[in-house]
Amino acid sequence: MIKSELVERLAARNTHLYQRDVEQIVNAILDEITDAMARGDRVELRGFGAFSVKNRPARTGRNPRTGQKVAVTEKNVPFFKTGKEMRERLNDGVDHGEDDDED
Amino acid sequence: MGGRTVTRADLCEAVYTKVGLSRTESAELVETVLAEISDCLVRGESVKLSSFGSFLVRSKGERIGRNPKTGEEVPISPRRVMVFKPSNVLKQKINTALSGDGE
Repeated sequence: MIKSELVERLAARNTHLYQRDVEQIVNAILDEITDAMARGDRVELRGFGAFSVKNRPARTGRNPRTGQKVAVTEKNVPFFKTGKEMRERLNDGVDHGEDDDED
Repeated sequence: MGGRTVTRADLCEAVYTKVGLSRTESAELVETVLAEISDCLVRGESVKLSSFGSFLVRSKGERIGRNPKTGEEVPISPRRVMVFKPSNVLKQKINTALSGDGE
């Protein structure tokens, strides 16, 4: 499902709203999450999951092909942790626990 | 860096101010949007939201893990997990604070 399909499905269920309004609602939500992460805030949506930002400090990397050293600057990376209820719903009600090896 | 936690209430507020629906209806719509995304993932369908990122469902087979404390081998049960792949736009937005600087 892509964003336009999400908007269509939501509009079909909320016939009192124009598709344009539904699109604005979806964008307002995604923008709010993005802005929060850009500020370094955490976004916690119980049942669904939590978005956070992890800081990766500057380091000296290597070009794996040539072995040459390269400077890698400090970076912030977005991170998402699935909520308990979603984990259960994906596994027919069974919570197998956190799967923390996801990048 | 922020450090605040943004919740559903903040998303509702964003919808309320940007779209101009009532507070009650804004809250309902935030829920509906999250439910539509969740239901899609539970069905095994991926959700691609342009300029934000994609939510994907991956099936993992049984594998052998290790208790990091005791070194003991333990089987990890097969499961379905949800992963978030941030878009390049989102990654960039999260790093503008770094390049712009201030704090």
